Amino acid sequence: MSAATATTGTIARVSGPLVEVEGLAGVAMFDVVDLGPRELPGEVVSIRDGVLTVQAYEYTGGLRPGHPARARGEPLSVPLGPGLLGHVFDGLLRPLSGMPAFLPPRPVGGGTTPGEWHFEAAADPGARLAEGDRLGTVDPHGAMPLPILVPPHVSGELTWVAGSGTYAADAVVARVGDTDVALTQRWPVRLPRPYRSRGYDARPLHTGQRVVDLLFPVARGSAVGVPGGFGTGKTVLLQQIAKWCDADVIVYVGCGERGNEMAEVVSELSELRDPRTGGPLAERTVVIANTSNMPMMARESSVYTGMTVAEYFRDQGRHVVLIADSTSRWAEALRELASRTGTMPAEEGYPADLASSLAAFYERAGEVTTLGGTVGSVTVIGAVSPPGGDLTEPVTSQTERFVRCLWSLDHDLAYARHYPALSWTGSFSRDADMLGGWFIHHGDPEWARRRARMSGLLAEADRLTSLAELVGAGTLPGHERVVMLAGRLLRLVVLQQNALSPNDVTCGPAKGAALGDAVLAVVDQCERLVESGVPATAVEEVDFGPLVRARSDTGADDAEGVNALLDEVLKRLAQLT
Amino acid sequence: MNTTWGEIEHAGLHEIRGPLVLVRGVQGVGWDESVRLRSTSGDTRAGTVLEVDRDLAVVQVLEGTQGLDLEGTTVGFAGEVLHVPVGDAWLGRVCNGRGEPLDGGPPVLAGTRAAVGGQPINPTLREPPRDPVMTGVSVVDALTTLVRGQKLPVFSVAGLPHLQLATQIAAQASAGDEPFAVVFAAMGLTHADGAAVIDALEERSARGELVLLLNTADDPVIERLLTPRIALTVAEHLAYAGGRHVLVVMADMTSYAEALREVSAVRGEIPGRRAYPGYLYSDLASLYERCGRIRGLPGSVTLLPVLTMPAGDITHPVPDLTGYITEGQVVLSPEVHARGIYPPVDPLASLSRLMRHGAGAGRTRPDHLDLAAQLLAALSRSRQVRELAELLGAAALSETDQQYLDFEGAVEEGLLDQGTTESRSLDDTLDRAWQAVGRLPRRELSALDPLMVAAHLDVAADRGVGEEP
Ligand SMILES: Nc1ncnc2c1ncn2[C@@H]1O[C@H](COP(=O)(O)OP(=O)(O)OP(=O)(O)O)[C@@H](O)[C@H]1O
Ligand SMILES: [Mg+2]
Repeated sequence: MSAATATTGTIARVSGPLVEVEGLAGVAMFDVVDLGPRELPGEVVSIRDGVLTVQAYEYTGGLRPGHPARARGEPLSVPLGPGLLGHVFDGLLRPLSGMPAFLPPRPVGGGTTPGEWHFEAAADPGARLAEGDRLGTVDPHGAMPLPILVPPHVSGELTWVAGSGTYAADAVVARVGDTDVALTQRWPVRLPRPYRSRGYDARPLHTGQRVVDLLFPVARGSAVGVPGGFGTGKTVLLQQIAKWCDADVIVYVGCGERGNEMAEVVSELSELRDPRTGGPLAERTVVIANTSNMPMMARESSVYTGMTVAEYFRDQGRHVVLIADSTSRWAEALRELASRTGTMPAEEGYPADLASSLAAFYERAGEVTTLGGTVGSVTVIGAVSPPGGDLTEPVTSQTERFVRCLWSLDHDLAYARHYPALSWTGSFSRDADMLGGWFIHHGDPEWARRRARMSGLLAEADRLTSLAELVGAGTLPGHERVVMLAGRLLRLVVLQQNALSPNDVTCGPAKGAALGDAVLAVVDQCERLVESGVPATAVEEVDFGPLVRARSDTGADDAEGVNALLDEVLKRLAQLT
Repeated sequence: MNTTWGEIEHAGLHEIRGPLVLVRGVQGVGWDESVRLRSTSGDTRAGTVLEVDRDLAVVQVLEGTQGLDLEGTTVGFAGEVLHVPVGDAWLGRVCNGRGEPLDGGPPVLAGTRAAVGGQPINPTLREPPRDPVMTGVSVVDALTTLVRGQKLPVFSVAGLPHLQLATQIAAQASAGDEPFAVVFAAMGLTHADGAAVIDALEERSARGELVLLLNTADDPVIERLLTPRIALTVAEHLAYAGGRHVLVVMADMTSYAEALREVSAVRGEIPGRRAYPGYLYSDLASLYERCGRIRGLPGSVTLLPVLTMPAGDITHPVPDLTGYITEGQVVLSPEVHARGIYPPVDPLASLSRLMRHGAGAGRTRPDHLDLAAQLLAALSRSRQVRELAELLGAAALSETDQQYLDFEGAVEEGLLDQGTTESRSLDDTLDRAWQAVGRLPRRELSALDPLMVAAHLDVAADRGVGEEP
């Protein structure tokens, strides 16, 4: 950012977002260059024979040879400080509120959020501080106090710290060694932020989506891929998790997706209350909106921008969920860049380093001990949009290798309006075994057994259903018909979850367990009945309505309510004997 | 933004390659700038700067390069990206795909001009779509309600009446008693189809509610890339400055994408899936995202793209990427068409993702959403039952399933099927939907409030329709 290191060169060639610059010395790969009189930002993507190739983050219409180009002397970096939570930014972390209705191409700018923040010091002058130590706190009595930490690579004596008071976001509030520390600090987005060590103290991220929490759970700090063709429900699922999961901070990156969806999620988040703070849910959320008609390069950077913001909150000891919808649009931007710069294409035109780019991104997920010694985590959940719904395409197949959980959304389920259309055959959770151990000591010792029984019944019911389609269900023995009934009940009572029903939008752990156990209890009872000679048809014709409606008729934490409805159904079954 | 540096003239071309010409010795020419070429014989053509490399400009010529020569052609650079006039002067006009009059009138002039590329709408100033556009077409209004500010494509296959449906919607659509206009961007249509569209929309045009841009199949392909952009630029102004709800019909997007592919090939770009360029998604998004409502501004822009799926393949890049951008889809089915139903919509494959916000109490009618959900659920069961019956014979069906067997036919005949110029009121449409579900046993209507069922079906029965079977 410092103007002293800026040098000026001349634009020689413009071909869409690709711009060649001559006469600019001392510039490194990925450094930001401001192009033309409007200072449109771009990033150096190749250096050869004194010619820099710059990929512009903005539309370059009107840019021409002869225009000046100025190097900023730093790679793409974003300001991290107060004013992130509750706000909406573009892919370069430029605030979108306050911008006009139609976004013109524009410079990166200085980059701090306008406004003033209340800061209270937490350390005394003379103290010896190391990176990650707390200097003070912004808004210490608010719902989301923001610790101000000694930045990475800085340590020494605290020679000065500002008194309690209100400061602008870029105000210097302390001096550590010979380094000034401001409320807002810059960080290059492509560089993972440092931490002390990686932990693996697995505990679940409670998502509020039953099929996830009961069958394909995700641990804090894990990475999840969510592949699915168009309309299979990726965005709805991710938005539900953004609203209801038990993380401290959500970073929601809309990467090359719809503007209306971004408007929707922002307006819903500001209306919904955070059950823990009582404030609007928006206040724990940072939204990065790079819609599909915004420039392609900023789409590429938006996932890194989002990740850097997530790591910033992680470093304060927060548990963060980073949602990226959709990573395929990011991969497409990589492909587009590769093809414009003449890189040898590999599979389906994607650059050969697609796999390592994806790996590097998902590797930034994790639970860590921060520089300051607290524990924080970034859980990454990335949607994948396979062309033609083909799950063998490069982005999907590579993503599968690097994530710990895969929630595969199935077109047939979505078509049958079974939402979330999460396929129980095509999904996996490599966290499940570990989390089973956690649940044993945290109030739900039955968790792993319940999961195993439900998965087993679903698989067996699928097998029998395809058999029944050939021979007719009537010819199957009673026991097998009960298994098919079990599959149906599990789908209707447990797996389906209506994002539009006020009671069913989210589901607490107790209610989820109760619903699962209720179905299993009913199935056991049906088994006994059939074994004792009651015809399977009679069992199938029992009205299971109370159970089916349980998820929408009882509140999100109302396990008691579920059990009452279970009793009703068990009574109906008892009448069969 | 609108600075004009005046035109820079150049005599002579360096090279001509397909629709591209190379001009040497240029200075001060910017990328994407608009260009005017004058051939030796004096005709003028439009172009844009594809690349500018030091003193060499690569220009893409809209009308093609046929008849151009190296020596006699002069090239003028406008000093700005392509702009078109915008304003009410467009209403009632019929123009070609470049916006030049086909109706014998004078060129469209207006005081205001806007860049055809548009600019992305600030997501924080988008107003989530909330109110319906009524089309008068029952299946659309009842089951896949079009919402103001939405993009809802029609997926079809060659030989089905998708153009007829799009035209019917263009002719009938309205937004209650608020000002309404239609911008129809026809791309790659045959002359006969073009004439049919003009004909069917004549009344709307005469009322000053229509802008028609007609790019026919034999017009230059590159022009086809411009047509939807002009349409959207004009529509945005009619909406946000003129306070109208504007419906933009874009037919046929497959022709548009083919033009994009052709131009990409000429440019020597690396082809992606099915030889479409890798940026097809972003290019389509640069059109489809230009819809919505904006906080603090009146009006709305709603998009109805029409596309034919080559060989009926929904995984083909054009429908596939469209589906990834738009907010649902209306799918036409050859089977329904074969049964003689118009419009031949497959309601189960169709979905309006924004319907839950744009229909129901306060938007259309309180019973609308539940009724539609019930009808679709029953339709899905009906289809399963039919498949089962084909496999095992109708005799193997339970009594309830027997009643589902004819349900799909009842929906198609009672609700879907309608005349190509018949505009139905919402009440008529929803009453037809009630009649269809009324054929099922009451206990099967589990998605509907029993009071609502009683209110609608028993009243309907009093009027002598929709008796229980
Ligand atoms: N849990 C749910 N409850 C109710 N409806 C749902 C649910 N999930 C998805 N839907 C329905 O499916 C539609 C499509 O879902 P969504 O927008 O999430 O798909 P997507 O996979 O993100 O598609 P795209 O790839 O095109 O963005 C929604 O508009 C909604 O109608
Ligand atoms: Mg989506």
